[in-house]
Amino acid sequence: MAEPEDLQIDPVTQRLRAWDAQSVAEVLEFRGERTLVVPRSHLRRVAEFLKGEPDLGFDFLSDVTGVDRFPVEPRFELNYHLVSILNRNVLRLRVRAHGHDPVVPSVTTVWCTANWHEREIFDLFGVRFEGHPDLRRILMPEDWEGYPLRKDYPVEGPR
Amino acid sequence: MSTTTINTPTGAAKTMVLNMGPQHPSTHGVLRVVLELDGEKVVKAIPEIGYLHTGIEKSCESKTYSQAITLTDRLDYLAPLSNNLGYCLAVEKLLGLEVPKRAQYIRVLLTEMTRIASHLVWLGTHAIDMGAMSVFLYCFREREDVLKIFEMVSGQRMMTSYFRIGGLALEPATGWLDRVERFIGLMPSRLDEYESLLTKNRIWMGRLRGIGTISAEDAIAMGLSGPSLRSTGVDYDVRKYFPYSSYEEFDFEVPTRTEGDCFARYLLRVAEIRESIKIVKQAMPRIPKSGPIRTDAPGIVPPVRERMKTEMESLIYHFKIFTEGFSPPPGEVYQRIESPRGELGFFVASDGSPKPYRVKVRAPSFANLQGLSKLCEGRMLADVVACIGTIDIVLGEVDR
Repeated sequence: MAEPEDLQIDPVTQRLRAWDAQSVAEVLEFRGERTLVVPRSHLRRVAEFLKGEPDLGFDFLSDVTGVDRFPVEPRFELNYHLVSILNRNVLRLRVRAHGHDPVVPSVTTVWCTANWHEREIFDLFGVRFEGHPDLRRILMPEDWEGYPLRKDYPVEGPR
Repeated sequence: MSTTTINTPTGAAKTMVLNMGPQHPSTHGVLRVVLELDGEKVVKAIPEIGYLHTGIEKSCESKTYSQAITLTDRLDYLAPLSNNLGYCLAVEKLLGLEVPKRAQYIRVLLTEMTRIASHLVWLGTHAIDMGAMSVFLYCFREREDVLKIFEMVSGQRMMTSYFRIGGLALEPATGWLDRVERFIGLMPSRLDEYESLLTKNRIWMGRLRGIGTISAEDAIAMGLSGPSLRSTGVDYDVRKYFPYSSYEEFDFEVPTRTEGDCFARYLLRVAEIRESIKIVKQAMPRIPKSGPIRTDAPGIVPPVRERMKTEMESLIYHFKIFTEGFSPPPGEVYQRIESPRGELGFFVASDGSPKPYRVKVRAPSFANLQGLSKLCEGRMLADVVACIGTIDIVLGEVDR
């Protein structure tokens, strides 16, 4: 996955970079899907910008997906799948977090639906979300130890 | 049960915390809703999930790409073919595979039949929740016809696993289209029958009209999709917005309503069945009588059985596919489709090995269920049943 050459024709990246040069660290493209890698510290501001600007209008957060790249650091990768219902456009944001301090700013203030998605990632990956109103396990029992979707967690569970 | 004092608009009042579920017939599975009640009024409703968590996403990581299809059936068990389609499209995108048109049309036809079957289950069970017993029996009678068609095509009534990477599992049985035709011919009059029992029924209207109202802004913010979102006037339907599997060639409407209440969601699902019938009618003549049902991709798609008996190559490929699997290039894709419940998304990441590195299911029920609190709060206890019913959740995909 290399940085595509036709960046000029991607208006979203252009808008973001014109607004803040630091907002997009990397642009990845694979099978026609574009991923914008956003620095962790910029996530909430970028989210607000993407939702707030009418010509971008990414008001619908489909999903937040966690991926564990263990043992590569930063091991956690969060993918935010956005839809602009008004402009019929899609976008994927990606944020990375280190294993020793997996904290990512919460986007619940921007998209309410992120609440459960972030709880699920906290539950299954152990990534914490700063500013989340109700961060607790959602699928696993409250007293469960460990984070099942991490790559160093055995499929058959702890013995 | 416990009591706490809270401040209500009418002054300090005692509230009661009541657990609805996880074993409760109208929670449609194992859902627990923690209700804080002030008399019969719901002050707070907090859905608690996870009782059906089976770790499907984790299991996918230890299966080959083809084996994982069987797990997708078990997510939304009322619409297994939609799950099959979402997953297969995602893996096909990862591989860059093009599926033959014949297979695409059969996929469209069968997923629309799935939508009909799923909405019928919804209508029947919801009618029972609201006290209309007979509609349930009628709906399940028609659903049985759809399941018989699935059985004829794939050998299974429910856990079909019929869509495979690169096409379909097997050639559909001769005469299956006649059966579809008979069903489609019958269905509109049956729908009129249900509507004559419900739409103008005073009890039905009383239980659903103006109940569980949500605004378009809230629905979008909560990530609602499918009929739950379209009942608020937003016409977001993945089939129209981001067409897949040749949906762009079909002529159909996306019904919307603006009331955003339970009654609107009921009317929408009935209207969607009618639209699905329209799509099935268009798909039938388009399906060529013969032609490939799987794309020609040696090493990924299993060879035709007959060729294996005469060609060494085919035999080797067959052996390799079923022992090792195939390895897509590293990368990740997200494929969204419109399932009967809303936007169903599959995020599949590959690291270049024969097993998926990560499979994530964006379950429409998961996001829709989150909106339940918004629908119920401030309403009566009995309305909670109507609200849970009309957002149409399947706990299999909520908990995964």
